Amino acid sequence: MTRYQKKLRMRHFYNQAFKVLLFLVIVVSLLVLVTLLFDIFRKGYQTLTWNFLTSMPSGRAARAGILPSLVGSLVLIALTALISIPLGVGTAIYLELYANRRSRFFKLLQLNIANLAGVPSIVYGILGLAIFSQMLKLGPSLIVGSITLSLLILPVIIVSSSEAIKAVPSSIIDGSYALGVTRWKTITGVILPMALPGILTGSILALSRAMGEAAPLIMVGAVGFVTFLPDNLLSRYSALPLIVFNWTSRPQEAFAQIAASGIMVMMIILLITNLTAIIIRNKTQSRID
Amino acid sequence: MKKKKTYIQESIIQVILALFASISILTTVGIVFSLMFESVIFFNEVSIIEFFTTIRWAPVFDPPSFGVLPLISGTLLIAVLSSMVSLPLGLGSAIYLSEFASSKARKLIKPILELLAGVPSIVYGYFALTFITPLLRTFLPQTEIFNALSASIAVGIMTLPMVASLSEDAMMAVPNSIRQGAYALGSTQLEVSTHVIVPAAFSGIASSFVLAISRAIGETMIVAIAAGQTPSMALNPLGSIQTMTGFMVNMALGDIQQGSIEFKTVFVVGMVLFVITLIMNLIAKKIIARNREVYA
Repeated sequence: MTRYQKKLRMRHFYNQAFKVLLFLVIVVSLLVLVTLLFDIFRKGYQTLTWNFLTSMPSGRAARAGILPSLVGSLVLIALTALISIPLGVGTAIYLELYANRRSRFFKLLQLNIANLAGVPSIVYGILGLAIFSQMLKLGPSLIVGSITLSLLILPVIIVSSSEAIKAVPSSIIDGSYALGVTRWKTITGVILPMALPGILTGSILALSRAMGEAAPLIMVGAVGFVTFLPDNLLSRYSALPLIVFNWTSRPQEAFAQIAASGIMVMMIILLITNLTAIIIRNKTQSRID
Repeated sequence: MKKKKTYIQESIIQVILALFASISILTTVGIVFSLMFESVIFFNEVSIIEFFTTIRWAPVFDPPSFGVLPLISGTLLIAVLSSMVSLPLGLGSAIYLSEFASSKARKLIKPILELLAGVPSIVYGYFALTFITPLLRTFLPQTEIFNALSASIAVGIMTLPMVASLSEDAMMAVPNSIRQGAYALGSTQLEVSTHVIVPAAFSGIASSFVLAISRAIGETMIVAIAAGQTPSMALNPLGSIQTMTGFMVNMALGDIQQGSIEFKTVFVVGMVLFVITLIMNLIAKKIIARNREVYA
């Protein structure tokens, strides 16, 4: 065998070895996900009962339920949606359709949104604590939690809405202007309906991120163990990640078990919302094709 | 006069939208203001030199001690150990997806990675404490219940999809002509990947690394659950540590008086965290801006 052939054989051998290595990397990554889901299911499925969903938390794991956290999370996310979607979409409309791209304000906005996206979520909790909870004296209330989460996901909603608005063909927008339609009427009648699926997908994904956040809520004073349902904007509340954290922090095995059930409830809700987002995305892709 | 009315309406709408947009700027201002405000008061009571140079962090002890270095070293330990998981696995996944996988395999694997990215950090925290830690303890019995390694592995798994997806984007953006050119010269896939694609996509890959590390530094719930509450300079992966974020959560859970020095430590530590992550994010952006290859 010539030296050249030997070398060529080695090169192909290394290539095959690399391929196997990369394949193993992928398998390991996927295996981690499977292990995680299976482990939580194995620990939590027995205690995931109707009683668990409809009871108040308790000092005794066997009687403890998740109702205030389930209701709390749903109300919290609904309020967060009400605050963050109008603000985010409004900002995206301004950025894409109104702002002068050469102005300082526009450049400042862009830089600012990019940087905000990288701020750790716990820092938003500090903002909520200092400004809304203490300066405005709103305390550890539902509204402070939703404002904090809204500001946290605002950059994500702005960016995804901007992308959706950008994707509307300019010929259609120009067509509307050419018919003498005003800018605002063009936005509400032409651009937003076409960009809506993209905006919805981005917003749902952002809200499901907010749903899993615990750190900023802890900073604004929310606690996991609450034995009543929130009934107004200023009432105290619990949320699914908070009660999961509370149960996980306890040393007893029985609480670790119901923590897994709590995680299952949270993951099922996230799965539903994420699937909805994916379905919306796929439906509209086929429509444009 | 209908025209005039429409004009006024349009102007009002524009003003309202501009106000919406300024909320995001006010958010930044609010963050900086709230962190600065309490930090300035804090540094009136505690010397800034003591804060950044002494090595004992015990703000609620009597006498208290305010050396932040143990929290920073705990945070760095998590950042370094988690990078050992997220960077190689993330880059490996990205190379596989971009250069080796068939489009069918890619369509299957990408959503699963997205799913991994969508798992809330509290779930990874639970997984670290109830699965990774017991597993570690069977192999390394000296591992403490709360330890840096277990939390780091979970943080690494959590940031892996981010590295994979950003690096893959960068590699997919390398023009096919360059790839085909290398293959035409007789290169193997390994050679194309390591000598052509990775160098060409280097800025995107490097910035994904920096962003992942920044994410690890700001990660809270995993370390609050699994890494422990012991500020330590020991850099022992198997021992209990405390990170900056872990400390903040711990204080917020306790019952501390507003305005007390303990209360202010939360803001000071938050300030350090904010500055570190901000610098890292700016670095990531600089890397992209400076090394961007322009393919005409």
